[in-house]
Amino acid sequence: MGRKLLLEHINVPGINTFEVYRQKGGYRAVEKVLRAMSPEDVVEEVKKSGLRGRGGAGFPTGMKWSFLAKPEGKPRYLVCNGDESEPGTFKDRYLMTHIPHALIEGMIVSSFALGANTSYIYVRGEMMPQIRILEKAIAEAKNAGFLGKNILGSGFDLELYVQPGGGAYICGEETALIESLEGKRGNPRIKPPFPAISGLYNCPTVVNNVESIAATVPIINDGGEEYAKIGLGRSTGTKLISASGNLNKPGVYEIELGVSVEEFLYSEEYCGGIANGKRLKAVVAGGSSVPILPANLILKTVNNEPRLMTYESLADGGFASGTMLGSGGFIAYDEDQCIVRNTWNFSRFYHHESCGQCSPCREGTGWMEKVLHRLEYGHGKLSDIDLLVDVSKKIEGNTICPLGDAAAWPVASAIRHFRDEFEWHVTNPQEAVSRNYGLAHYADPLPKLENVAAS
Amino acid sequence: MLKISDTEEVIFSPELISKFNEIVARYPEGKQKSALLPVLHLVQAEYGWVSTPAMNKVADYLDIKPIEVYEVATFYTMFFLEPKGKYVLEVCRTGPCSIVGADKMMKYIEQKLGVKEGEVTEDGLFSWRGVECLAACGMAPVLQIGPDYTYYENLNEAKVDELIDSLRLKTVEKPQIN
Repeated sequence: MGRKLLLEHINVPGINTFEVYRQKGGYRAVEKVLRAMSPEDVVEEVKKSGLRGRGGAGFPTGMKWSFLAKPEGKPRYLVCNGDESEPGTFKDRYLMTHIPHALIEGMIVSSFALGANTSYIYVRGEMMPQIRILEKAIAEAKNAGFLGKNILGSGFDLELYVQPGGGAYICGEETALIESLEGKRGNPRIKPPFPAISGLYNCPTVVNNVESIAATVPIINDGGEEYAKIGLGRSTGTKLISASGNLNKPGVYEIELGVSVEEFLYSEEYCGGIANGKRLKAVVAGGSSVPILPANLILKTVNNEPRLMTYESLADGGFASGTMLGSGGFIAYDEDQCIVRNTWNFSRFYHHESCGQCSPCREGTGWMEKVLHRLEYGHGKLSDIDLLVDVSKKIEGNTICPLGDAAAWPVASAIRHFRDEFEWHVTNPQEAVSRNYGLAHYADPLPKLENVAAS
Repeated sequence: MLKISDTEEVIFSPELISKFNEIVARYPEGKQKSALLPVLHLVQAEYGWVSTPAMNKVADYLDIKPIEVYEVATFYTMFFLEPKGKYVLEVCRTGPCSIVGADKMMKYIEQKLGVKEGEVTEDGLFSWRGVECLAACGMAPVLQIGPDYTYYENLNEAKVDELIDSLRLKTVEKPQIN
């Protein structure tokens, strides 16, 4: 059993209430930082922990905090990014639903570290039930004296508010989120200036993912060094993985970074193998934006080493044969899934979610969707495949924000690894609408469960 | 639900205004525009959609230009710019939901309600549409219904039947938003 830091008490009845959360040791981190630590000490602990942003980019959280400008006379803001919308990712929703106080506690600790006296939790609008849950948790914490004026007599004031989004994936990008919080369209800003210098209301701002903020609680309780002992190399600590697709046990799992992909997929502790006794065809390991890999490449690197659930191991081989941990949205595809259809589906998503500011993304995502649609429905040409690669290359790196890259990578990687399936859709259009291409040579034989258990 | 046309003047109730006031108090002085999204959610919860007169009133209330409200309401997909059914079934259609049967669910709902995507049933009760990822991929397929946005997970035909039947029977009560 791996260590659980965020979900340790997930099965305790009533853990969503202040009372039970407190009985289980909740709000100790707040007491510790307010009574015995300076804001600089807190930043230092988070730096020592090696915690990397859990929203997808993996940027070290402590370092991000240390960039925050501290000009005289200007307020500083902490904004929590709860706009979880990356297809395949549902861990933040899970955390906010079941252990809302873990986020509230993390917000207090982090706000103290950054010197923020007003902080916002931006939650996607579709998560109204979670917004209600967080508002209730905030009221409970305030009632117990953990929020408001002069918290625990420390002289530190904090007001915490929940802000709903309006159904736009782009608002997960931090500058778009700030625009949205200011009551505007979610158009990402040109950087620099970075939010650490000029963010919300042109004041220094830190935007952190829900899971990153919650992770500061065990970091403060146990110390950054203890946290850094968990995991492997620069992938420290635990990570929530959202497992979905054709799995026996889809759901949210907290893993110690460093677990092998094979164990995560097939062991009973985690996903329990592929549903309906089928074989694995492909995996999208870190949310829809990261490159899709065929089964053989997700289980082992090209050097035949077992692939591990770490930032580094998943990226091993670059985009030629690797992928990214991203947000931890782990989608498994069984042998019956059509890669062309899935790629079209993702392209439709990015086209729908492009904010429209940058031409390469606004136009390119639409072209990719159209071309993929005709390939999927048997009207494609062989030249369409290279056309898609060409369009994806012209989007990538040519936009203000990473949505362009996120739209380009799934298309480019699907063609890189599954080109024959795209070609088959062109050469056998009739067959392609009526049946599935299957596994071809993409997958190695299914590993047996007992072998996984033995290793 | 109140029925209003797109030309009729809208008057916000004192209760609604007091909810707006609570929201505006969350932001620094002069930054009341930040309240725009939460206020639009409240307006939609009250009227079922966001009409032009309602947007104009919101602009008045927040002391911003009407265009600032229109550009936001048209950008965010949760806001309905035309009347919908009392219950809008929003089915997630993205990747993980799609590979475990979301497409079939949408077809089934279309057939069961007898209206196409975006249309309203004759009794005014239902609309449906496909939406992008709802962040519930492990419980796919999934749909949500506003204005409280309850999720219905691990859908199958029997669950859709049960849901639609129960909504038909449900007495009219207004869900609370903020």
